[in-house]
Amino acid sequence: MRVRILYFARLRETLGIDEEMIELLEGARVETLMRILKNHHQALRGLKLLVAVNAEYVPLNRELKEGDVVALFPPVSGG
Amino acid sequence: MIRLIREEPSIDEALQRLRRRRVGAISVFIGIVRGETGGRIVEALEIEAYEEMAVKEMERIRGEALERFNVEEVVILHRIGRLKVGETILVILVAAAHRDEAFKACRYVLEELKRRVPLWKREITSEGATWMEGEGA
Repeated sequence: MRVRILYFARLRETLGIDEEMIELLEGARVETLMRILKNHHQALRGLKLLVAVNAEYVPLNRELKEGDVVALFPPVSGG
Repeated sequence: MIRLIREEPSIDEALQRLRRRRVGAISVFIGIVRGETGGRIVEALEIEAYEEMAVKEMERIRGEALERFNVEEVVILHRIGRLKVGETILVILVAAAHRDEAFKACRYVLEELKRRVPLWKREITSEGATWMEGEGA
């Protein structure tokens, strides 16, 4: 299955991309995806990241589905 | 009313919507762009958003405030894009029957917004641009 990854703010600048598609095995969880992404992108290692699936914060054990939109971003600083 | 906006908001216009029969108090928080940070002069502020989620998260916070506090309405207006010093970043209005709930709910909305809503500020100073990062959700 394929999921779409979005990057924001400093993360987007550090990686030089604002989104990418990732192929995962059925039933993969957010934590598995994070491991894969940290392997692909060294810059993600050791950073404090927040994760949302389909525009909502989720726990790392959340199971992903085909077509999910996963957003990764640094701690927020609005207001 | 929840909005991400690209222009300076009209606070008067937002206030007019809240003058209702059961409302006796409106608390207002306005965040503005400061002209200095850690001794450096700020030239501008840029605000990036994950727009779809930012709106949803602000709606969730509004819902929580309405549920937890005895308030009538919550308005949140947050700017995105490039702002000059002195411009408005954020407006929170909370309408209630009485002052205590209006103040408490306003504070709740502000703190939750700063902790959860996917918005990022970047300060532009003479020494370059610096992303600001919060404590995290």
